[in-house]
Amino acid sequence: MIIDINFIGLIIASIMASAVPLILASCGELITERSGVLNLGVEGMMIIGAISGFALMTVTGSLIIAIIGAMLAGVLISTIFAFLTQTLITNHVATGLALTIFGIGISAMIGKNFVGIPGKEFPVLFEGLKDTIPLLGPILFGHSIVFYFAFALPFITSYFLKKTKIGLIVRAVGDSPESASNQGINVRLVRYACILYGGAMSGLAGAYLSMIYTPQWIENMTGGRGWIALALVVFSTWNPIKILIGAMIFGGLTIIQFHMQAIGVRIPVQFLTALPYIVTIIVLVVISRDSRKIRLSTPSSLGKSFHKDN
Amino acid sequence: MHKFLIRSFVSSLVLLFTLTVAAVAKDVKAAFVYIGPTGDHGWTYQHDVGRKAVEAAGFKTTYVEGVPESADAERVLRQLANSGHDVIFTTSFGYMNPTNKVAKEFPNVKFEHATGYKREHPNVSTYAARFYEGRTILGTIAGTMTKSNIIGYVASFPIPEVIRGINSFTLAAQKVNPNIKTKIVWAFTWYDPGKEAEAAKALIDQGADVIAQHTDSTAIVQMAEKAGVYAFGQASDMDKFAPKAVLTSVENNWGPYYVDRVKAVANGTWSQKDTWHGIGDGMVVISDLDSQMPADLRSKVKKLQADLASGKVHSFTGPIYDQKGNLMVAEGKTADDGMLAGMMTYVKGVEGDIPK
Repeated sequence: MIIDINFIGLIIASIMASAVPLILASCGELITERSGVLNLGVEGMMIIGAISGFALMTVTGSLIIAIIGAMLAGVLISTIFAFLTQTLITNHVATGLALTIFGIGISAMIGKNFVGIPGKEFPVLFEGLKDTIPLLGPILFGHSIVFYFAFALPFITSYFLKKTKIGLIVRAVGDSPESASNQGINVRLVRYACILYGGAMSGLAGAYLSMIYTPQWIENMTGGRGWIALALVVFSTWNPIKILIGAMIFGGLTIIQFHMQAIGVRIPVQFLTALPYIVTIIVLVVISRDSRKIRLSTPSSLGKSFHKDN
Repeated sequence: MHKFLIRSFVSSLVLLFTLTVAAVAKDVKAAFVYIGPTGDHGWTYQHDVGRKAVEAAGFKTTYVEGVPESADAERVLRQLANSGHDVIFTTSFGYMNPTNKVAKEFPNVKFEHATGYKREHPNVSTYAARFYEGRTILGTIAGTMTKSNIIGYVASFPIPEVIRGINSFTLAAQKVNPNIKTKIVWAFTWYDPGKEAEAAKALIDQGADVIAQHTDSTAIVQMAEKAGVYAFGQASDMDKFAPKAVLTSVENNWGPYYVDRVKAVANGTWSQKDTWHGIGDGMVVISDLDSQMPADLRSKVKKLQADLASGKVHSFTGPIYDQKGNLMVAEGKTADDGMLAGMMTYVKGVEGDIPK
């Protein structure tokens, strides 16, 4: 097989496309977790986003309504989580798991009428520029708007947390809700907002799958990507740039192992299939070894309920 | 007082008689046990299309979806047998042992197990489809339509059913085009649209211009459509998902068999049998042939289809060699059903090893 430079460009482009839903959902969950809330419902919110996006696209015919609707659906279902954990002070882990189970069930129910309907073509940007630059052409051009947004998101998230006042408030609430509260910050309000934002991003990640990546609806189509997104947040030690790296490694190994199979590399296929999971974890653990930095970036009150006596 | 007793005795006799008549003429109820959700638009979806045909024929049906191939299956089967179902279709290979076990406990209920081979009790039948016949047709089309001579094949799990399909496909493709190479990628999933699309993309990036699949979702044909290569639909007609890419589909058509068997239960003519139907019996259906295929190819395929149906042509006709060059089927012979059922070696011309 001849490895030419455009072939490498094509592979990198497919790796990036497969990383999009992971980046979106992880960056959303990162904000939620930075505010001290552990929401294990990412998979559920993602699948709700997937069916909502697909259903709205089919019914209204409008891609914009569908994308926004999917994000709102993510917000809506995460509101349930926010109400339970923040207002009724339920356990984060149990509520999050329930959210995932609920999401998978209800999406299957809504989705019954949408099975076997082909999706619509989603417009891509700069398609004409694809062949103008070797290697970089297919990497940079000819993708959907959601793709570009996903690759900007880790940097926006990083800037938001480090450089803005609201970012500081979010981190304060996640580290020490008591002190934040004493400073006059409405902890519950901040956490509500962060949970809802996480829901919106998970919803968008789901819509990317059902509308852009593989335009169709079938049950359980997120296939565990929500759980991988969750793991990425933890293994990246709550660092959005490392999320980007982790998502690229994960997507990259999934795709490269298919290429290795097609070329005929004689490595047991089962091992190749497991590779993305193992290597992603190892790499993220290795690049995040600095225990001082981990302490700094880990939200100290993650998963702990905050109960303000008033 | 006596009069009252006699009257009540007579009336209860009448009542008993009516009940007995009702019991004899009662509607036959069929139950279906599915491995996946009916919304998979693949394997389970097609079984459910078959169930709907039974319903349309005037019988009552129920179904349970997403039943794991474990002790759970036994529990579900027992409950269905207990709740007045006369015939139960178990539609996945892994239900083989649970089906036989529960069948022993309920001798009056008929059990129909798909793709299995164990019939330990007289009330258990097995049925399967010769999908490899459809793959002979796909291979013929792929071998003719490819320009790069590289054909991609997304496979699911290394079981005889899948190996048989790869072999049948490759033999047919080589027959029309000895220069082709079949590149196989194992996705290790029956259905995960994202993964299937990635596998197909890898094959396309490596030069495959026709993609075949043995996984269930429509992601692969959609990817082929985007990349401008050809593909084939799996389980159902996938043409509307990728009108330019899909040349034809191999459809699983369980309806006629299901209606037949439920009717047999209703008439009291049901008996144990082992069914392995192909194109000839209509269990494997080839969808419309796309007009992008040259007219002579289309007529060739039509003829092949008729010959496979009549038995004039067999997908595995000798001489067939394995990868090492050992003779598997001698010249002039065809592979018997025993060999087909346990096929776990690639034929010559398939690249790579079967994952162990």
